[in-house]
Formats: sequence, C-alpha cells, structure tokens
Amino acid sequence: MSTEIKQRGSLELTLRRLLADRAGLISLTFIILLIAVAIGADGIAALTGHSPVAQFLDTGLTPTGLPVAPSGTFLFGTDQLGRDVLVRLAYGARISLAIGVVASLLAAAIGVTVGLVAGYFGGWIDVALGRLMDLVMSIPVLLCMLSLVAVFGPSVALSLTVIVFFSWTTMGRVIRGQVLSLKEREFVLASRSMGAGHLSIMVTDILPNLGAPIIIYATMMVPTSIIFEATLSFLGLGIIPPAPSWGGMLAEAANNSIYMFAWWLVLFPGLALLFTTLSFNILGDALRDALDPASMRNKVRKKPKKSPRAAS
Amino acid sequence: MISFIASRISFAALVLFMLSAFVFTLFFVAPGDPARIVAGERATEAQVALVRENLGLDRPIIEQYVSFVGRSLSGDLGYSYRNQQPVLELIKNRMPATISLCVGAVILWLCMGIPIGIMSARRPGSLADRLGQGFVLVGVSFPSFVLGMAALYFLYFMPRQAGFTLFPPGGYRPFLDNPRVWAWHMMLPWFTLAFTSAAIYARLTRGQLLEVLGEDYIRTARAKGLSERKVVYKHGVRAIFSPLATQLGADIAALLGGALVTEQVFGLQGIGSLAVQSVQTQDRPVIIGIVMLAGFFIVIANLIVDFLYILLDPRIRT
Repeated sequence: MSTEIKQRGSLELTLRRLLADRAGLISLTFIILLIAVAIGADGIAALTGHSPVAQFLDTGLTPTGLPVAPSGTFLFGTDQLGRDVLVRLAYGARISLAIGVVASLLAAAIGVTVGLVAGYFGGWIDVALGRLMDLVMSIPVLLCMLSLVAVFGPSVALSLTVIVFFSWTTMGRVIRGQVLSLKEREFVLASRSMGAGHLSIMVTDILPNLGAPIIIYATMMVPTSIIFEATLSFLGLGIIPPAPSWGGMLAEAANNSIYMFAWWLVLFPGLALLFTTLSFNILGDALRDALDPASMRNKVRKKPKKSPRAAS
Repeated sequence: MISFIASRISFAALVLFMLSAFVFTLFFVAPGDPARIVAGERATEAQVALVRENLGLDRPIIEQYVSFVGRSLSGDLGYSYRNQQPVLELIKNRMPATISLCVGAVILWLCMGIPIGIMSARRPGSLADRLGQGFVLVGVSFPSFVLGMAALYFLYFMPRQAGFTLFPPGGYRPFLDNPRVWAWHMMLPWFTLAFTSAAIYARLTRGQLLEVLGEDYIRTARAKGLSERKVVYKHGVRAIFSPLATQLGADIAALLGGALVTEQVFGLQGIGSLAVQSVQTQDRPVIIGIVMLAGFFIVIANLIVDFLYILLDPRIRT
C-alpha cells in the first residue's frame, strides 16, 4: 500500500497541504470551536443558568457595587452591571462571526463581479470601475459611519452595509488583475472561437480559475470585518447595548476606566477578539500556501534539517 | 506629466464633491427636525419656524447646498446647533491633538515597519525574518483599541500601582507649553495608532523587496562587487519607495478613523472625539464640517503622495 503510486486529485492535494500546516490546523480548530460556542451560546447560558442580559445584583457584584472576579460561579467574572462575562462572550461570538462572515461573503461577491467585469471588458468600463474603486477607497470610512449613525441611529444592518461597502475594493482589484492576464489565455480564445458569449466566458471559463484568490482573500476579509464591527461597537456606533458584542463589552470596560480594577473585563473579550482575528489571518496564509503552491516562491523553502551551513 | 497632475486634481475635486453631496443629502433627508433641536424642546411652533427661516432650512435643497458650498469655500462652515460657536473655531481648537497624533504615528509606523520589512527580506527564513513575520501577523490581527487599553493597563496602571508613574493616563498637552510633556503624553497613543500599520508596511516592504532582490540588476550589482549593504539599500530599497508611497496614499483615509478610536481610548480632545460627541448630541453642522474638512485633508494628502510618486518614480515623468 505504501509503495503504491497513487493518483491524487487537486482537492486531495490541497487538503493534504493544508493539514500538514500545523499553525493553520490550530487556527482552523479554534475557529471551529468558536463556531460551536456561538451556536451553543444558548446551551452555555442554560448550563450556567445565567442569561446574557440578566444582572446578578447579589452574587454578581461586590457589596461596594464592583464587578466580581472570575470564580466558580462566574468563570470569567462579571461586568459592571453584574452580568456573566462568559455567557456574554459566547453571545458576542455570534455577532462577530455572523458579521465577519456575511460581510466578507457579500463584499467578495461584489468585488468579484466588479473585478471580473472591469478586467474582462477593459476600456472605458475598466477606467470607470477603477475610478469608482479609487473613490470608495478615499472616503473616510469611520466619519461616514458617524454621519450615518447620527441620522439613522446604530443598527446591525447599517454596520453590515458600511463594512461591505468599504471592503469590496481589495477583492475587486485583485480579481481585476488576475482577469487581465486570464482573458488573454488560449482557452478563452478557444471558447470564443466556438461561439461562446461574454457572460459564458466570464462565468464558465474565467471564474473557475479565480477560485484560489477568491477563497484566500475572502478568508482574509473576515478578520478585517470582525475588527471593523468591533471598532464600530466600541465607539457606540454598532450593536446597541444591552445586546452583547465584543466591541461593546470592551467599550463598557473602558467606560470610567473600570477595567483598571477589573482586568477580566478587557482580558477575555480582548483575547477572544485577538485570537479570532489571528486565527482567520493564519488560516488565510495557510490556505494561500495550500491552494497556490506557486506563492511559496515568495516564502522560504523549508531548509533541510540541520544542514552544516545552517550557522551562516 | 501635466495630464497626470490634471487628472489627479480633477479626481480630488470629484471626491470632495461626492463627499459633500453625500453628507448634505444624508442630513437633508434625515428624519428629525434640526430647527427643533436648535430652538430647544420648549420652543413654540412659531419660534421653530423662525429658527428654520434663519438657518435657511425652509429653502429648496439645491439652494441650500449651493449656499453651503459657497460659504464653505470662503471658510464659513456654519455654527454649532448646540452652543452657537462657529464650526471652524470648534474644529481648529481640536486640531493640534489630532495632527500631533497622526503625524507622529505615521513617522513611527514608517520607522518601525520599513526596517522590520528590510530585516526580514535580507535573510528570508532566518530567526529575524520569522520574528518579523510574527510581528506582522500579530500586528494585523490586533484591534487598536484593545492594544491601547492593554498599553494603558500595563504601562500606566500597573506602574502606578507599584508606586511610580511611567506614562500618563491620557489627555493632550500642547506642544508649545512643553515639548517633552507633549511627547510623553503622545507616546502611547502614537504607538497604539502606529502598530497595525507598521505591520502592514513591514509585510509590504518584505514582499516588494524580496521581489526586487530577485531582479537581474541586483545580480549585476552583486556581480560587480558592491557590498551587500549597498546592494540592498542603494539598489533594492530605492525601488520599493513607489509601492510604499502608493500604500501611504491609500492609508491616509483610514488614518483619521484610527485617530478617532485612539482619541477615544486615550481621552485626547481631538477632532475624532469631537465627531463622536457631535453624533451623540445630533450637532449636524459640526459633523458635516468635520467630514468635509477631513475629506479636504485626505484629498490634499493624496495629492502630495501623487507628487511624491512622480519624484520617486522617474518613469511617470516622461
């Protein structure tokens, strides 16, 4: 069995490369765990018997009204209103992941469409779409969000819209660049000579070749969107309290610098946020290496272990 | 080159126009009556109508917009609904903190990011490179407000608990009063704002430099016996200035957002915190003024980067 030569499909090769990447694997495990926590948030609330918005005025606050440090009853401590930080974290994971993933998918869809059209047709369409991307990128995002919130009030839908609106350009540029070279390839010419229309060429010939960059950049957009959402909530422009969100929890901790005396109010949401973004970034890198081995050229080939010249 | 400059300037004007049209329409179609806000809760209907007339809010939107643009061009951004102070005055008072923050942070991130990137690219795979790569990964993943809070906790609160003051808890001290106290107060905010961007620049520098160092002319430079230092700094780094300048231009719009968050964390009385306060108090002229002024600065900064680009990349000059 071991000496037998096996034919491996593209998917299998990719998976094998991905599974060989230890950092990527750990990140993937963390993300799966996090998704489990987000889905099972109700279960965690039931298990601890603490609702995310319930205030435990007797057990959750010290006699002087300060948050309670992590203990048996409150594993991650309580916040300034006597709410369970652990349960709120679990519910916050829902918002972070949902916004991160949904925003990335929507932004990716827009970016791919615009990039594909701009790159494929070229000419004035390309120039116009390029200018549009320039325009979007030169708008001060947070200030626009501020004015939107001033008018419409904060909401999840508004956060999502703004994140999508301002993050599709990266994908658009990458895809456009790829399409520019792809459309000159022979298989596009072949398709055209057989009478395929523009739409058909774009969707059936070019799009499948963009799988790798789409997956990689969509993964990389997730942490950016998560940080974006957390920042909005931190500034009071995103999720409306008392609904739990990581950014909102950190904002409450920063309020009156209460976290100086209750470190767990920053440590747990902060770490949750950091580990989540870190995991998605590492996973994105791992996916890049697995899907596009050519990109390893820019990386360093693993040196043979203990080469005699290693000291240089 | 002249057409390049002309196209950049007309694009800058377009950005400003779109931005002003966006905020103006937004606030015009917004629910809620600004005249009511100005007049106060207990004003009679007649008083509100009077205020509406005084502010010109009863005129058609196009007319309001034209007069708004006209007044803005002459430097009059209107008056705050809250305390009737001129908007420009309010923003001017907040400018020193934000400018100190942004300029310092940009210098800091360039001074951190580029050397780390060069260090990584010179010996790919070495310990230095791996440390650099680790820095990049953590840097791009760290939300700046979490970093700022952590910095305050470890560098202000913990030393203070231990009985000495390492860094102040925040706040802005004017530069002219005492430059040393100013810098001392700005240290943590600068670092907080610069950290993520430093990581992005380190990654960009490393990637670009690795590519450049694989070029034929670098091999030629090595072959003719130049020292490695000269090869890297004179021939290699010189070639990556253009992509760095492009990135800098793209980052300027985001910089103000970062400044806004940093100001909130460190209690700096800058334009960002003024914007947040204005949203809370529904002070529309101030918000419009800040967005427009920010847009103006972004556009100017982008133009400067474009000209820098011409200086750095002789190929555009032809």
